[in-house]
Amino acid sequence: MSRTDTRTESLTSTGTGGVGESPLRPDGTLKVRGEFAYSSDLWHEDMLWGATLRSPHPYARIRSIDVGPALTVPGVHVVLTHEDVPGENRYGLEHADQPVLAVDVVRYQGEPVAIVAADDPETARRAAARVRVDYEVLEPVTDAEAALADGAPVLHPDHPGGNLVRQVRIRFGDPAPTAPVVVSGEYTVGMQDQAFLGPESGMAVPAEDGGIDLYVATQWLHADQRQVCLALGLAPDKVRLHLAGVGGAFGAREDLSMQVHASLLALRTGKPVKIVYGREESFFGHVHRHPAVLRYEHGATRDGELVYVQAEIILDGGAYASTTAAVTGNAATLGAGPYRVPNVHIDCTGVYTNNPPCGAMRGFGAVQACFAYESQMDKLAEALGISPVEVRVRNALEQGSVMPTGQVVDSAAPVAELLERVRDRPLPPERGGPLDLRELPGGVSNTTHGEGVVRGVGYGVGVKNVGFSEGFDDYSTARVRLEVTAGEPVASVHTAAAEVGQGLVTLQAQIARTELGVARVVILPADTSVGSAGSTSASRQSYVTGGAVRAACEAVREAVLARVPGAAGLAGAAVVSASGEVLADLVEVLGEDVVERTVEWRHRPTEALDPATGRAFAHVQYAFAAHRAVVDVDTELGLVRVVELACAQDVGRAMNPDAVVGQIQGGSVQGLGLAVMEEIQVVDGVVRNASFTDYLIPTVLDTPPMPVEVLEYADPHAPYGLRGVGEPPTLSSTPAIVAAIRAATGRALTRAPVRPEHIVDG
Amino acid sequence: MDFLRPASLAEALAAKAENPAAVPIAGGTDVMVELNFDRRRPPALLDLGRVAELARWGEENGHVRLGATVSYTRIVEELGTVLPGLAMAARTVGSPQIRNRAGVGGNLGSASPAGDAHPPLLAAGAEVELASVRGTRTVPVGEFFLGPKRSALAEDELITAVLVPRAAGPQQFAKVGTRNAMVIAVCSFGLALDTAARSVGTGIGSAGPTPLRAAEAEEFAAAALPWDEPAALDEATAREFGELVAAAARPIDDVRGSAAYRRHALAVLARRTLRWAWQDVSGGR
Repeated sequence: MSRTDTRTESLTSTGTGGVGESPLRPDGTLKVRGEFAYSSDLWHEDMLWGATLRSPHPYARIRSIDVGPALTVPGVHVVLTHEDVPGENRYGLEHADQPVLAVDVVRYQGEPVAIVAADDPETARRAAARVRVDYEVLEPVTDAEAALADGAPVLHPDHPGGNLVRQVRIRFGDPAPTAPVVVSGEYTVGMQDQAFLGPESGMAVPAEDGGIDLYVATQWLHADQRQVCLALGLAPDKVRLHLAGVGGAFGAREDLSMQVHASLLALRTGKPVKIVYGREESFFGHVHRHPAVLRYEHGATRDGELVYVQAEIILDGGAYASTTAAVTGNAATLGAGPYRVPNVHIDCTGVYTNNPPCGAMRGFGAVQACFAYESQMDKLAEALGISPVEVRVRNALEQGSVMPTGQVVDSAAPVAELLERVRDRPLPPERGGPLDLRELPGGVSNTTHGEGVVRGVGYGVGVKNVGFSEGFDDYSTARVRLEVTAGEPVASVHTAAAEVGQGLVTLQAQIARTELGVARVVILPADTSVGSAGSTSASRQSYVTGGAVRAACEAVREAVLARVPGAAGLAGAAVVSASGEVLADLVEVLGEDVVERTVEWRHRPTEALDPATGRAFAHVQYAFAAHRAVVDVDTELGLVRVVELACAQDVGRAMNPDAVVGQIQGGSVQGLGLAVMEEIQVVDGVVRNASFTDYLIPTVLDTPPMPVEVLEYADPHAPYGLRGVGEPPTLSSTPAIVAAIRAATGRALTRAPVRPEHIVDG
Repeated sequence: MDFLRPASLAEALAAKAENPAAVPIAGGTDVMVELNFDRRRPPALLDLGRVAELARWGEENGHVRLGATVSYTRIVEELGTVLPGLAMAARTVGSPQIRNRAGVGGNLGSASPAGDAHPPLLAAGAEVELASVRGTRTVPVGEFFLGPKRSALAEDELITAVLVPRAAGPQQFAKVGTRNAMVIAVCSFGLALDTAARSVGTGIGSAGPTPLRAAEAEEFAAAALPWDEPAALDEATAREFGELVAAAARPIDDVRGSAAYRRHALAVLARRTLRWAWQDVSGGR
């Protein structure tokens, strides 16, 4: 195999299927047949394999590192430490606070200390284990609130503010409101893992110009490029990134993992170097969802109208900042939920500890807040003696409402309708008929034949921002070209946007087909030879890269139409008039010419938060989903079976209806995982379940029927009126399921995930 | 690493005698995980996949002699009537792919307290057949487990079969896990009633250093159950049985669950499985 195998081949989408249709994915057949080349499949005849030595301690001083014993292993080419980092030994998405390789201190279990290149992966791993590191083990800081106390060890002496990464204050309305009905609670959310199936992997290939070609599964090629350049001390034209096949992301590929390490080894050895993390290593190779403690107080009138929300949110960012600052901003600005609240007081704090670093994961701060405010809304309903849906509907945000940041919601916000739609669905039938263990909590493990089983129903609704917020210059770049190939007009689309499984490649082809009236669209491999597309995160790529592709198509179309008098559009491979009359065949108009345009496209600018009050036009778009969960709980054993998880979501415009439903169902299941099983257990800074044996994610037998209602209220500010889809269902699924378990058991259940012990012991 | 591929039991035993450090592998459920995680690096693997003698089962003298590599899928499909408890446990093992490859021999060989086959084998009073070039011996399954992942298997021996008495009454198996499939037991319980001998067998999984029997619970139930006039089981008997099973457990707190929860859950499982089994007795099934 050569080094440019299928991972850098173009994907071709043919036939029909424009915006609003559900054409087949161009990568779908390959993936279903097991033939798609993921980053772990990269291959080069001359390649070496890299391995990483990681700290076993959550906090320790490094007295010395002796690579000698590793170098004596036959088959080892090089062993590198921090001394071998030619550029800045620092990286990070928001703060460059993380060393490429640890220097004199390690701040979390799993922090990279040394890297090895060898002839095969086994040799590389064994050699890495022979590097002698003399650690002075220190007492780790593992409690986020203790980390902020006076006298706590300062984990990043260079960072102003001690262990505080960021605090966001939201001050809205009356600073000292009172209300006749008050409910309060403290909630905790455990550390969830993105649990993508394709572990971190990639290959760095040294180039003749002294630079490097890096093939990697990532979410944002240009953010990687910037950080790799700094660490290698190379200019951007010397560090060329190519997207390798991505096996899921969910935020876990925003931060660097093996990118710099493989590049260092490749530059030093002059050979291609491949690194693939194993499953256990993967748990240490990426950031996780921030564990959170959330203390809320809601005040309401006796009629159930919210008077105020007060909240204190603590997010444990772990050893390095990653995206903690932005997660903190999200949890704060969205912390009152999709409700009209006249008075809001929120302090949201992101903290350094010696726990595993936390950063981006689907829902990004809004997930934790949603679990707390929705739990509170249920509590409020109970205090008022009204239904959970009613209390939400009475306070539901709508278009024109004002957020606690002062931002006016300037497009559809059908929060009440979403709730009413899931509420009004028929309930799934009660259990009955002959015993089928698969329909009971515990499944074929045969723990109940119906004894102790109680059904519960719960609701949740959430709000998520779409796109990068708080004044970030959020843009994407698309290059679109139109030419005649083999007698047929063909559009090619080139962006640096990462397809991570969500279907962006399909959507790009749909947009090109709609805008240019061609059947055949080629999606070129994503790489850094075209401008940045921004990150595949924040539910933003359909909006931003979709917007860029449309804008580039429009520019190409304009150039073509200028050639034909009276031309108004392109359709059916022809130039047409305003009335749809065919004026000319597109093939003839183009002839031998290539029409190519590159467009950098931005959404409306947002604003930074006022540091004292959080006031700002902070988010470009809000997105909403609501869930109704029906569960059966074995109240004696604490086991749960989710019977049905219905969702309603407004997507503005269903660009690809099948993909939209897929995203909503996938997000719902990820929320189900957080509700009942998914948690990285960390004790004294040490991860206790770094495997899929003990970090459990839902199987198909844990996944219920998920009816989905898709609403399409166009956002006039967004391309095609679309609204980001990926994240909102991950928010409301968790509190809906936990509320259903509460309804079945009467337990308070203030923690996600709910473990059997919590149900049995209260 | 050598990969030894004997074609018969005699060859396998000779190979094991010659290479006592060789690790036998059949389905590889546990062995491959240990190799992949680099926790174990034996000088040789002894592949039992071609040893036909191990992949058979048959009935002899009121026992089922179940070859060590008979797959869980086959146990579910072929032994549901004669070994119902083991078949129920087999149904909870891993995924369909794992059940197609894995068998009881490997479960015993790993000697994990969480092995799904162990509680029904304990409850049924099974014996483990161990063979070497020196000869063949049988060990009661209750004496086979010596500690976490330690067993009575000698270094030149192979587990060739289990000898399980044919069910002489209703049997049950129940396993608590924190998801509804593909899960390692938080705790599990096996129950076997012998309506002829009027005896009760038990097996506790994942709640002690080894799989355990609850001897006091067995004696209590054997005495308290209304064998002569099998009517519905009274609540007090079921409850007391559950408490005695819970008391026999020696659980710890770990990543999968707390000791207190395990005890609680075992009491519930024991109570429920006894009721289900007794329904079959009183219902005349």
